[in-house]
Amino acid sequence: MGSLLRSEEMTLCQLFLQSEAAYTCVSELGELGLVQFRDLNPDFNAFQRKFVNEIRRCEEMERKLRFLEKEIKKDGIPMLDTGDNPDAPAPREMIDLEATFEKLENEMKEVNSNSEALKKNYLELTELKHILRKTQTFFDEAEFQHQAMHDPYLGEETMGLLGEESQRSGQPLRLGFVAGVIGREKIPAFERMLWRACRGNVFLRQAEIDKAMEDPVTGDQVLKSVFIIFFQGDQLKSRVKKICEGFRATLYPCPETQSERREMSIGVMTRIEDLNTVLGQTGDHRHRVLVAAAKNIKVWFIKVRKIKAIYHTLNMFNLDVTQKCLIAECWCPFADLDRIQQALQRGTERSGSSVPSILNRMSTKQEPPTYNRNNKLTQGFQNLVDAYGVASYREINPAPFTIISFPFLFAVMFGDMGHGLIMFLFALWMVIREKQLQAKKIDNEIWSTFFGGRYIILLMGAFSMYTGFIYNDVFSKSLNLFGCQCDKDYTPASLDNNQHLQLNPNGSYTGTPYAIGLDPIWSVALNKIAFTNSLKMKTSIILGVSQMMFGVALSFLNHRYFQRPMNIICEFIPQVIFLFCMFGYLCILIFHKWTHYTSDMAGNAPSLLIGAINMFLFNYPKHSKLIYSGQPGFQGFLVVIAVLCVPWMLLVKPFLLRYQARYGQPFDFADVMINQGIHTIEYCLGCISHTASYLRLWALSLAHAQLSEVLWTMVMRLGFMFDGFIAPFMLVIVFFFWAGATVIILVVMEGLSAFLHALRLHWVEFQSKFYKGEGYMFQPFSYEHILDHGGEEN
Amino acid sequence: METGLVIGIVTAFWFFVGAVLPIILQFFLWRSPNKGIYQIMLILTAVCCYIFWLTAYLCQLNPLFGPQLSVDMIRFMQQEWWNDQSV
Repeated sequence: MGSLLRSEEMTLCQLFLQSEAAYTCVSELGELGLVQFRDLNPDFNAFQRKFVNEIRRCEEMERKLRFLEKEIKKDGIPMLDTGDNPDAPAPREMIDLEATFEKLENEMKEVNSNSEALKKNYLELTELKHILRKTQTFFDEAEFQHQAMHDPYLGEETMGLLGEESQRSGQPLRLGFVAGVIGREKIPAFERMLWRACRGNVFLRQAEIDKAMEDPVTGDQVLKSVFIIFFQGDQLKSRVKKICEGFRATLYPCPETQSERREMSIGVMTRIEDLNTVLGQTGDHRHRVLVAAAKNIKVWFIKVRKIKAIYHTLNMFNLDVTQKCLIAECWCPFADLDRIQQALQRGTERSGSSVPSILNRMSTKQEPPTYNRNNKLTQGFQNLVDAYGVASYREINPAPFTIISFPFLFAVMFGDMGHGLIMFLFALWMVIREKQLQAKKIDNEIWSTFFGGRYIILLMGAFSMYTGFIYNDVFSKSLNLFGCQCDKDYTPASLDNNQHLQLNPNGSYTGTPYAIGLDPIWSVALNKIAFTNSLKMKTSIILGVSQMMFGVALSFLNHRYFQRPMNIICEFIPQVIFLFCMFGYLCILIFHKWTHYTSDMAGNAPSLLIGAINMFLFNYPKHSKLIYSGQPGFQGFLVVIAVLCVPWMLLVKPFLLRYQARYGQPFDFADVMINQGIHTIEYCLGCISHTASYLRLWALSLAHAQLSEVLWTMVMRLGFMFDGFIAPFMLVIVFFFWAGATVIILVVMEGLSAFLHALRLHWVEFQSKFYKGEGYMFQPFSYEHILDHGGEEN
Repeated sequence: METGLVIGIVTAFWFFVGAVLPIILQFFLWRSPNKGIYQIMLILTAVCCYIFWLTAYLCQLNPLFGPQLSVDMIRFMQQEWWNDQSV
């Protein structure tokens, strides 16, 4: 039966495919996504396989596509994603694709290198332009200095420029100069090096270029400065040139006279304009090529990945002795054999081959993979279960039960109607806008975690609203829908004389409790926690024992399905008796105490906890109140039976197995005994510790309620204490803080905490009663799966 | 509200959700592959929610101690909830 209760029945099949038809058949099976191929050549490495060349070609194509994609992204062109799912192209189409990609790649590379050369040229011309402009300033300043020389109160420059020295000293000095451009950050070191190397006999002037210029290779914006160095003589010239080379400064020829410089300037400007035009045209051409490529690139990616996937799969097949057909082995669900046959037929027809492909069922002793057919609701919960361990083949799948029990246990720990409403609305938005949000393909990991669990969060929110209604907790306030259970009990005089009074239920209890949930009077009571502790602890124990009993019952279903009657007698029955005698009886006592002891008998009500301890110690002190006559005898009987279950679980099965294997079959008694011992101890100790572990339902619910109350009294209440004009503004501000803390601390943080604890309760306390979890997942050959994961290798 | 009435109504409601609805689904949705899931969901919801309501109800059926209130609160409640104008 195809239900989620157990994993699907799987069968091992052999496929006989003719070599020509193999490609198309595998392509059809990939679209179907229902078979898992087994590798028939596990000893071959990647280079010994049959289709290694085709895979190499595919990887080349992928590399070219990735290069194109990078270029497209660099230009910020949007890539069209039509959501198309093109079929895997035939092998002869592969050659066409390869040619197209090759052409595109070459074109892009050419355009890129051209563009780089042009930009370098552009950079040089720009730097030259700046030099010509700035050196004008230097020479102008020299004129100013020249004038200043005659007036010693102006200027302090000691060195003059061409011709100026000659006026003072009367001796003609030929000063050479070099002009160039250097990165701004290198100037101090450059200056120091010059000073040291030339012993202070050179003179450097520099001016910053305001605009940052684009480096042609890296594309970064760099800040540079123009410098001009004056020196005398050839030796210094060669030294200066070497230093400039070392600091990677670019030198430019700068004419001496102003008119020459102006001419050069004009020429440089014209050339810069021309270059700008050419650069623009090159950019346009590149853009056009990329836009044309961007239209198809997603489809190409899909096609190439599909081809690669097909060849990887074909590599797993065996070649027949006659070299004419390929043999494959695969796992597939029994219920889908018809669809697989049809896919094979389609594939054979498409390839034009006359020989039909054959599917042959094989019987095997190997354990098949575990396959659960999930829909979008159940997939989330199945993931939660699988995260702990994949179910063994055909054992009971806890996932369908987890759909309700997990959100319910979460809600018991989270129980607040207001917070539950926030969670529910958030999940509702995600569910209603499912299609649009999925189409956006947002990459954020946290978002995809929340989105993937939207149905889980929806149910968690819904159940939290219910448990919040029962706990009567809306943002730490209570609702009074059905009338309070208490009535007035005090005279005005006693009210005047006291600060606090405790209502005695003997007088004030109206006789009927609050209809649904916790009475609202408790929310204003000072001893609220004393009451809710009792309620929540007992509820936790009852829920815990119920879930564990349910788990043991599921193990019975497993034993019956796998036809192990010995397990039923030796494990299931003693387990049930043990759990019932120890904790089922306690639950009955809880219900009895609630219903039997009215408020006037309050003094006689026994403590269940002390009672339970005394039960196991066989200790019944004289003054203790009995719940019913014959209680010591009956409880003693229960304890004895529970203790007897332990050797029952421990010894009966190993001896039975030994008896069955008495005719010389290989049987390791010690091994079986140790195994059984481990299981017995695990179960018995587990019963006790897991029952106590369920008390976390109480603990987290208490913490949540207290946090919520503290947030209200410490934060929100302050907003109501203001008077006058500023009151509304202060209220808005305080509400902002309160709302922010509510969402961040109480919904998100407490929600994650309760989620984790509910998960633990399922994985450990519930599943340890019946779940083996030793299977492996069914991973079908499916394009959908491969394309979603970006084309990883099988 | 009468104790018996409340217990009767709530038990009947969850019985309807947990026993009657799955039987209805058995006949109306008998072809759907998800029928089993819906049935399990309904039954489990009914059982869990009913037990949870029952524990909260039975706990308050015979309270063994009452709430401790400040006197101001008692005065306020006497006026608002218990309609005692003498305070």
